[in-house]
Amino acid sequence: MIGNWLDIGPTTQIEPGTARTLPVAGGEEIAIFHTLRGEFYALVNSCPHKQGPLSQGIVNGDAVACPLHNWNISLKTGEAQGEDEGCTPTIPLKVDAGRIYLLRDAVVGARKVSPEAEEAA
Amino acid sequence: MNAPTRFEENRREGDAGEKLVVIGNGMAGCRAVEEILARDATRYSITIFGAEPRVNYNRIMLSPVLAGEKTFEDIVINSAQWYDDNGITLVSGDPVAGIDRENKTVVSRSGLTVPYDRLLIATGSDPFIIPVPGHDLDGVVTFRDLDDVDKMLAAAQRGGDAVVIGGGLLGLEAAHGLSLRGMKVTVVHLMPTLMERQLDEAAGWLLKQELESRGQTILTGGNTKEIMGDGDGKVVGVQLEDGTAIKADIVVMAVGIRPATGLAKDAGLDVERGIVVDDDMVTSDPAVMAVGECVEHGGQCYGLVAPLWEMCRALADGATGQPSGYTGSVTSTKLKVSGIDLFSAGDFSGGDGCEDIVMRDAAKGIYKRLVIQDDKVLGAVLYGDTADGNWYFDLMRKGEDISDIREALIFGQAFASGGALADPNSAVAALSDDAEICGCNGVSKGSVVSCIQGGAGSLDAVRASCKASASCGSCTGLVESLLELTLGDDVQSGPATMCKCTSFTHDDVRERILEKELKAIPQIMHELHWTTPDGCASCRPALNYYLLCAWPGEYVDDQKSRFVNERLHANIQKDGTYSVVPRMWGGLTTPNELRAIADAADKYSARMVKVTGGQRIDLFGIRKEDLPAIWSDLNAAGMVSGHAYGKSLRTVKTCVGSQWCRFGTQDSTGLGVQIERMTWASWMPHKFKIAVSGCPRNCAEATIKDFGIICVDSGYELHVGGNGGIKVRVTDLLCKVETEQEALDHCAALIQLYREDAYYLERTAPWVERKGVDWVKAQLLGDPDAISQLAARFRYSQKFMQHDPWAERAAGDRDDLHSHLAEVRPLSMETA
Ligand code: SRM
Ligand SMILES: Cc1cc2nc3c(=O)[nH]c(=O)nc-3n(C[C@H](O)[C@H](O)[C@H](O)COP(=O)(O)OP(=O)(O)OC[C@H]3O[C@@H](n4cnc5c(N)ncnc54)[C@H](O)[C@@H]3O)c2cc1C
Ligand code: SF4
Ligand code: FES
Repeated sequence: MIGNWLDIGPTTQIEPGTARTLPVAGGEEIAIFHTLRGEFYALVNSCPHKQGPLSQGIVNGDAVACPLHNWNISLKTGEAQGEDEGCTPTIPLKVDAGRIYLLRDAVVGARKVSPEAEEAA
Repeated sequence: MNAPTRFEENRREGDAGEKLVVIGNGMAGCRAVEEILARDATRYSITIFGAEPRVNYNRIMLSPVLAGEKTFEDIVINSAQWYDDNGITLVSGDPVAGIDRENKTVVSRSGLTVPYDRLLIATGSDPFIIPVPGHDLDGVVTFRDLDDVDKMLAAAQRGGDAVVIGGGLLGLEAAHGLSLRGMKVTVVHLMPTLMERQLDEAAGWLLKQELESRGQTILTGGNTKEIMGDGDGKVVGVQLEDGTAIKADIVVMAVGIRPATGLAKDAGLDVERGIVVDDDMVTSDPAVMAVGECVEHGGQCYGLVAPLWEMCRALADGATGQPSGYTGSVTSTKLKVSGIDLFSAGDFSGGDGCEDIVMRDAAKGIYKRLVIQDDKVLGAVLYGDTADGNWYFDLMRKGEDISDIREALIFGQAFASGGALADPNSAVAALSDDAEICGCNGVSKGSVVSCIQGGAGSLDAVRASCKASASCGSCTGLVESLLELTLGDDVQSGPATMCKCTSFTHDDVRERILEKELKAIPQIMHELHWTTPDGCASCRPALNYYLLCAWPGEYVDDQKSRFVNERLHANIQKDGTYSVVPRMWGGLTTPNELRAIADAADKYSARMVKVTGGQRIDLFGIRKEDLPAIWSDLNAAGMVSGHAYGKSLRTVKTCVGSQWCRFGTQDSTGLGVQIERMTWASWMPHKFKIAVSGCPRNCAEATIKDFGIICVDSGYELHVGGNGGIKVRVTDLLCKVETEQEALDHCAALIQLYREDAYYLERTAPWVERKGVDWVKAQLLGDPDAISQLAARFRYSQKFMQHDPWAERAAGDRDDLHSHLAEVRPLSMETA
């Protein structure tokens, strides 16, 4: 827990079934999700489709429905599900003694995938 | 019993081996010693230190002791005789205070110094105490050892009220015990679901219902603010953040545990969350081992006994020179509350390529959920029937391929291992004619088959004719099999179900909500046998609306089941900012309102200001953090939310009408304002638009609105079912009325009919087409009382709906939806 993990506060700040945001100066805003099944996940707050803010979507199971065009994004892998294709970077997260920790390097280094880069790949 | 006790007699001959000192006379410490003795009884001369003034007992059985089902004597694992027989020196009631690794000695609180060749730390965990004011009052206890149980029993003897903080395994077992001992118990749990680490929402909901029916009060989402005491430092109650005060003669804190690592840390051993050990349970010092809840292995700490047994085996193998290695454990949980069967194991959070198999039997209170990935069982949650828990756990630990038994897996081992039953149809074919298919309506296989042969060619037709699967739906699969067996390919597919989570249609679900008085989303999912644990992004908002419509004033809106616009009361834009549209009643505004809008546009840097097609003004590019502030400013100028974002009343468009227009026949503007005042803020299946035109020239475009009024000399023509959107539809004429009041009543009645009947996300145009205009007319005009009854229901519901959501948010409600968790600035960023 010490070392490379960033403490972003108690788990109780996020109601199950919702997400909250963590802006990073000079980097990508991060969305931290708390599912109805009690799991926590962190993703770059940007949909692989057209950068919709995933934090504002409806959380269902361990996926979130993007608020802009309803793509369903897996919270575990960041992959778009079903017919849609694309992936949002995930941030390693762990919960310890009721607090949420994010991997510091991933927080600072997170980059959203631009659609062009996706297509090139 | 509290004085340090030592058994050092009877040291056996030839026992001068290596000196092993064990710190912690608990479950792991003693088990490790037993395992070592079983492998090599003479290798070590052993001393065990225990902080508790007693021999080793089975800690998990403290719950039955509290509940009065067992005595302390029943739960002792190692009696004084055992220490004696094995030549072990037990120093109890005298905790170790320090470890001197250089000189290889430990020293106890009373000053006793004992040398070691090998040391074993097995100090377990300490209960976590939330540091709220009053946490140290007399009467606040934890639940960890026999002393705690004694304190609880003493309190229970005096009767009164108990508050248990924490609705996890320990808290619920404490609550159960205290309530059996006659106390009035309230459980305060921070999360919305009990035992959220082990249970999903559905099972947590069932558990809560059951405990409440046993007389406990369960407050989920309850955040303890303070524990209150009287003048003498004795606890008298608990105060929650939301202001709730609960009387308490005893407060049990059961909010979690922390590995007891203090000694190890002071001795300079590697400690993260627990004492770090390798696969042989050896710490960063080769002479020191550790085992039990105090250790961390492979980044994991454990709080259950099963992993301890595996650790102790590996430890003993290593300590006797035949290392085998511990590789981590998969754990399962059971709740030890009599009469409640609950089992949870593995990972049930779902995930990519994961599939859920869910079985619900509402009548019997059973919920089972298996998580399957790559043909393997990944996790299981069972409630009400846990007979197969161990079997699933076994499949899971062994990683067995279940593809052959997949179809029958959820029915349990007895059913699934039949092999031939892997094809569910053949299982159904094998049933005798008098076998019961539908338990709710008592329909046998024979009756279902004859009703299918009699012409019921679809699930829906079967439900309608013989009622099989028409109530809770749990036998839907069986009925479908019978359809297939009887008709082969001639089975007709029924009307579309609500979504992939259920076999019921929207109509079915709405009917059952009323009939069975279902009042919460998890309750619907359980009673109607949803096949997913917590629904999907399409059924959750629909269910939320249906409940809101069915139980006005009673149902509490579930915000997390709403689309973002309705949660944030603004329209999300492509760049993630929001647009804000204040209401302009009937399209009217004033210089003051316009000034306030202009000021707000400046102050919050609106990037565009636009007149909408709905006769009002839209401010674009507002950040979610600024929403409460801009609303507060608009509120101050007398404006409220325009609900431009909602499945709700949008606008009432008007024209100038008889007040100014040379052709106007009635006061269309005034009527429009009255209608908007009556209908605003109501939630509907879809958005709803109204317009009032002052004459048949129809400048307000009333004939492409959901409800339109065309004023004529002799009164008002009322039109329904228009749409100017994707598929243009011109309204149907409903009727003509003579007075404004009649126009208002008809409008209210039509809206209520639509609210109570239409499917979620079905606008009036498709709804009118589906039901037929004649049906709509018959409902409204066929019975002379229909208008007044429907209108009365609408007005009653509006009593609870007509609050400005902006005002509530501006006052600070749900601040969490608008604010960031924190902000990270990499340069100044501190690591934890
Ligand atoms: C702002 C506005 C356009 C404008 O600048 O004038 C507008 C903007 C949107 N309309 Fe509209 N509609 C607007 C008037 C209309 C009208 C005209 C009217 O109301 O007189 C229509 C046709 C009339 C009708 O509804 O029958 C209209 C038919 C639609 C439709 C198609 C509905 C349908 O049943 O076919 C949609 C899509 C939907 O709702 O699913 C839609 C959806 C939208 C959404 C909400 C798209 C979305 O989901 O984000 C747009 C939101 C933009 C925003 O963030 O504000 N908008 N939209 C108008 C707001 C009126 C208001 O004051 O509230
Ligand atoms: C009420 C209750 C119900 C439970 N129910 C279940 C259940 O149903 N299923 C399940 O799997 N698990 C259950 N558990 C958890 C289970 O009891 C623990 O996982 C297990 O006891 C851990 O064993 P341990 O040896 O690591 O710790 P412990 O059993 O706590 O033993 C540690 C011992 O070390 C002593 N000690 C600490 N510091 C010192 C020191 N400095 N010097 C000397 N001695 C010291 C402590 O006093 C304690 O006696 C339950 C726990 C409780 C409290
Ligand atoms: S017409 Fe299309 S683009 Fe224009 S506001 Fe309506 S939904 Fe958006
Ligand atoms: S931006 Fe997420 S679905 Fe389009």
